[in-house]
Amino acid sequence: MEILILILSGVLFATAIYNLLQKQLLRIIIGTILLSHGAHLIILTMGKLKTGQPPVLMDGVTEYTDPLPQALILTSIVISFGITGLLLVLAYRTTQENNTDNMEQLRGGSHD
Amino acid sequence: MINLAVLPIVLPLLSAIILVFFNSKVRISRLLTKIFSLIGFGVSGYIAWYVIENGTITLETGGWVAPFGIILVVDTLAAALLLTTNIVSVACAFYAPYSGLGEKENYYFYPFFFFLISGVSGAFITGDLFNLFVFFEVLLMASYALIVLGGDKVQFRESIKYLLINLFSSMLFVTAIAFLYGVVGTVNMAQIAERVAEVDQQGILTTIAFLLFFVFATKAALFPLYYWLPNSYIVPSPVISALFGALLTKVGVYSIVRVFTLIFVHRIELTHEFFIWIAGLSMIFGVIGALSTNNIKLIIAYNIIPAIGYMIMGIGIFNQAALSGSIYYLVQDMIVKAALFLLVGVIAYVAGTSDLRKMNGLIHHYPVLGWLLFISAFVLAGIPPFSGFIGKLLLLEGAFRNEEVIIAIIALITSLLILYSIIKIFIRGFWGDKDAMKGLTIKSTKGLIAPIVFLLAITVILGVGAEYFYPISDSIAIYLLDPDVYIDSVLKE
Repeated sequence: MEILILILSGVLFATAIYNLLQKQLLRIIIGTILLSHGAHLIILTMGKLKTGQPPVLMDGVTEYTDPLPQALILTSIVISFGITGLLLVLAYRTTQENNTDNMEQLRGGSHD
Repeated sequence: MINLAVLPIVLPLLSAIILVFFNSKVRISRLLTKIFSLIGFGVSGYIAWYVIENGTITLETGGWVAPFGIILVVDTLAAALLLTTNIVSVACAFYAPYSGLGEKENYYFYPFFFFLISGVSGAFITGDLFNLFVFFEVLLMASYALIVLGGDKVQFRESIKYLLINLFSSMLFVTAIAFLYGVVGTVNMAQIAERVAEVDQQGILTTIAFLLFFVFATKAALFPLYYWLPNSYIVPSPVISALFGALLTKVGVYSIVRVFTLIFVHRIELTHEFFIWIAGLSMIFGVIGALSTNNIKLIIAYNIIPAIGYMIMGIGIFNQAALSGSIYYLVQDMIVKAALFLLVGVIAYVAGTSDLRKMNGLIHHYPVLGWLLFISAFVLAGIPPFSGFIGKLLLLEGAFRNEEVIIAIIALITSLLILYSIIKIFIRGFWGDKDAMKGLTIKSTKGLIAPIVFLLAITVILGVGAEYFYPISDSIAIYLLDPDVYIDSVLKE
């Protein structure tokens, strides 16, 4: 099971990096979202995907899944959510001000 | 007394929250900012004194014992960096009202300022790798907001690149933590260090070490990963540039120091030898960048990179003298970079341009400014009475002791070129005929000079009073070379 999820997150990383290297700003943002999905899946997998009950204390349950990676992922999700929100607004304003969403044309003039 | 450890995080956080409510009242915001930054300075000074007298403070937040809860560790290294951070914040708080921020002050400048300080302080004192990631994000979020504050065309253009590169490296940081958790099963730094020494999967641990180095090197702007820094650091207003130049990259350096003296010390001949090469290349390429341009702000921004190179060189050499030099250089460089960014901010403001070719003869109108630049050039290059000298001397001593001659020569040549790149501003901008600049109106520099004098005075004290500060940096170096002290102070058996 771990192998499958790792292959999946590998594919997510590859797609993310392909998108990050594109010229269109929106594609780059999609790339960052895929990248964070890949990273979160890796955290989940690294805590070992054992079969067990959800980590809620109950009588008669002895096998729980690892609760720590889930807390880490939750933290990481809200952080990347916040940054994605900021990034989308920033991209919107950037395209408005600079009249382009092409990263080639957003290059700084050399030392101006 | 143990709760002292949480104050450097909580005080700026509270200040920021209070300042949010006074957003539209500029006068009150300014006054409160000055008061809060002075309180932070006082508290961090007391913490530094307390740590030097009584040893490391470890605070188990929430009363959970070491590997299970989040631990805050204020050792001498963290305390020194906290004090330096607060010195920079005081200077910036007193500079900001005069720096011509204009209506940007109403756009939550002061709250973001304190959020940034809070994130930086948190990153310095946390004892937990994932918590370090969270504090990285706190300071990066504040920096995203500060870099785009005001919303110029050029600010949008550069900030989007800054945001993307930092988002990418943050996601790699999360992945690296996940790998490390998969191997050692914990995120507490002391326990990771303990287990890394026991686990016999040295290959995968070295891979994770390089992945973490890649992440921190991106934040700290080391050789192949510095391309995002120069242009994005010069677009916001000078006081924000000063905060960034003094604090942000240094958090990356601190993380490298912490991780590669505490956790990954098992393959020194591989990892640390690699750092020496990276340090040498950072010095060469950074100083070439500084020489290549006539924009005074860009000259200072490029000068960050060779300075980071010096610090990493000390970690790469990894003996007592070199580490001590690294720490000394780190502390003094935070202060002098802040001073230089504030200084070129004033110069660009009075000259009306940041292009060196359009400046001439400023010394006749602004003598104080000229001599301050002259002194700070000497501090940066490491001329003996000033503080840059002691750090570099110790680094060179460490390099020769380990027979790393090539890096020592590169470091010396780089010093010379750094001196040239700054003194170029002095010669071209300040020397010359009195009336060489047509249409130059004399502008008041009221309030702008005092914070710079304050910062430069501290660098002079650090240089002249080296006999008081050298034993501290030396004891930090001894402490860093023996990770067991850190581990024992956190994991009390």
